[in-house]
Amino acid sequence: MNLDYNAEELDFRAEVRTFIEENLPSDIQAKVLAHKRLNRDDYKRWHQILHAKGWVAPAWPVETGGAGWNPVQRHIWEEEATRAGAPNVLSFGVNMIGPVLMAFGSDEQKSHYLPRILSCEDWWCQGYSEPGSGSDLASLKTAAKRVQEDDGEYYVVNGQKTWTTLGQHADMIFCLVRTDNSGRKQQGISFLLIDMNTPGITVRPIITLDEDHEVNEIFFDNVKVPVKNLVGQENMGWTYAKYLLSHERNNVAEVGRSKRELRYLKQLAMAYTSDGKPLLEDPLFARKVAILEAELMALEITNLRVVSADDGKSEPGPEVSMLKIVGTEVQQRLTELMVQAVGPYGLPFDAEFLEGETEHAVTGKDDAAPLTAAYLNFRKASIYGGSNEIQKNIMNKMILGL
Amino acid sequence: MDFNLTQEQTQLSDTLRRWIEKEYDFEARRAIIKSAEGVSADAWSGLAELGLMALPVPEAQDGFGASGSDMFAVMQELGKGLLVEPYLATVSGVQYLKQDAEKHAELLQQVAGGEARIACALGEAQSRYNRYDVAMTAKADGDGYILNGRKTVVVHGAQADHLIVSARTDGDPRDHSGISLFVMAADAKGITRSDYRTIDGMRAADINFADVRVQVASLIGAAGEAWPIIDVVSDYSCALICAEAVGIMQATYETTLEYLKTRRQFDQPIGAFQALQHRMVEMFIEVEQARSMAMLAAARIGSDDAEERRRTVSGAMIRVGQAANRVGEEAIQLHGGIGMTNEMQVAHYFKRLTMFGAVYGDVDHHINRFTHQPAFPQSA
Repeated sequence: MNLDYNAEELDFRAEVRTFIEENLPSDIQAKVLAHKRLNRDDYKRWHQILHAKGWVAPAWPVETGGAGWNPVQRHIWEEEATRAGAPNVLSFGVNMIGPVLMAFGSDEQKSHYLPRILSCEDWWCQGYSEPGSGSDLASLKTAAKRVQEDDGEYYVVNGQKTWTTLGQHADMIFCLVRTDNSGRKQQGISFLLIDMNTPGITVRPIITLDEDHEVNEIFFDNVKVPVKNLVGQENMGWTYAKYLLSHERNNVAEVGRSKRELRYLKQLAMAYTSDGKPLLEDPLFARKVAILEAELMALEITNLRVVSADDGKSEPGPEVSMLKIVGTEVQQRLTELMVQAVGPYGLPFDAEFLEGETEHAVTGKDDAAPLTAAYLNFRKASIYGGSNEIQKNIMNKMILGL
Repeated sequence: MDFNLTQEQTQLSDTLRRWIEKEYDFEARRAIIKSAEGVSADAWSGLAELGLMALPVPEAQDGFGASGSDMFAVMQELGKGLLVEPYLATVSGVQYLKQDAEKHAELLQQVAGGEARIACALGEAQSRYNRYDVAMTAKADGDGYILNGRKTVVVHGAQADHLIVSARTDGDPRDHSGISLFVMAADAKGITRSDYRTIDGMRAADINFADVRVQVASLIGAAGEAWPIIDVVSDYSCALICAEAVGIMQATYETTLEYLKTRRQFDQPIGAFQALQHRMVEMFIEVEQARSMAMLAAARIGSDDAEERRRTVSGAMIRVGQAANRVGEEAIQLHGGIGMTNEMQVAHYFKRLTMFGAVYGDVDHHINRFTHQPAFPQSA
């Protein structure tokens, strides 16, 4: 048992830390640290800076344009990037469709799409959930019918996808569609790559309870998709979807981000006072922070136990579900305590400030202004990516065997 | 980075587990608890033969100089077996003696050979978990000291042949300075011990000291400067009970899981009910989070960075303490009525887990300590 990083890993940490210090644009960093909303350009700029360095896809093999880092290196990278206040590289391209194409895509798909994911020429979004298919994803109904036309073979897609994160910016969507209704619901699903500019696609914003436009509904009305955009085999999409979900493990615990937010919480609780003293010196508040901090310390080690056991080849195990559950609980609790830390300043809602349209919050409390919206927004964390209850079902089946 | 036990640690764990299965099963344990002594001399020599007594003793005193993670491995197994022997008390005593090892080499050698058992008499009626709250006095007298006072709820105080005792040579009752540590024979003149059972199957004693005379040579460290020693050794003991609790929780989890698979109601195993499945998953997570913190504490107890050590150990006591409480209570509830019977091993796991913080500080005590670390406003 040795819980320390080795010299090589410490060197690696120093290297990535220096790179981030020298290359992370200060305006983007300021937005992230202050919980303000990022726009398309913010994400793209950081993505392209990383791409130029060859670090945008930490887990991809070097020969495919990735960084080729091992799991511990990826963990260190994540910790350093989030510590500094770098935005996450969006998962949809690099962590989701990229690995699926590498495993199941045609040579043509790989050579066309993978470089465009790395360069962010294509912004990808995910077409999984439907209004009637949330946790029961395999019940999805969006239909794709194969038709022969003069200029080639197509799937004609009809239906609706929902909760499409940042779909308003997307160039491409990967979709689960139903190509067969005859068997079990998991059979008859296919995996399609669809150009968002295809006629018949409508993107409609869903405004979430924090009045943010982060997710969308996407309607498909006789959308023609060339058959070359089918991934793998027809009716085998569920297998690829599961593969994708199991690779959605990158950084699922969000330890680095939560450590940064814990420090921020403490800054707030030192700056905001109660009875003439910093709130952090109030034993009732300090107690809550301490309990959360101990949970996060434990999660950091639990995460490292999983990371260090990961040989990078085998499928991730059900312990990833544990990281998701605890990780999201910690994230949510952090947002909750931040709101509490600023007291009455949790109440004012300043959308213009959050969108970056004004330099300062109307109250003058720039640090407090985004916090309640962030709290509301983070209720999503225990719902998305397989709700925490679904994660418990998975753990029950795979670990407990009840 | 490697979270696995080393080959030697695995071997020792396996050997110890087999020994417990053979020599210290539930029935054997029950008989020991019922015996007049409350501990087993046979078990003690058995454990000594396995090398457990020599393990924490420095190599210079015939020991193996075990690391924190070596002790983690051992304590986990002792936890699974719910041993009631004075092992933690003795190895904690070893840690005290190690702070002044050359002077106390002889006793260390005796422990390593399985010939001595130690108890640490630090707590007093008013002191709760604050080891600096020492009212007992030691007055300089010629070439020695005269001790007067009373130590309470000293785990295995009456089963030990040596006592490590804190007493005030200077200062006011809650001063950090002015505390001294002494080691003495448990049957020294003027010592009276009243032995009693603990709820979790062990023994403890209240110990009275009336004009007990000790030599200067019995001091551990310098007179009046024992607090840093007590602080560091208490952290060591904390890390060890965290490891023990993880072993107990692992066993509790396994036995509860087994019960959910076999107990049938409404014509099906009760584990088929999602309400229970999710609670069982939560129990699994509690054990793993606690294990992580116990590993971290074991790795950091040897750290030169005292503040990092305190933060880690108190963090572990917080998280493992919460888990001990939750896992124990859930295990009883998931067992239903049968969990309420003293016949069931799970009841005994529960009792020990319930008393997790009773000696080295409960969750609130360690939250208080954690939040009063100078770096608390910045740490993460």
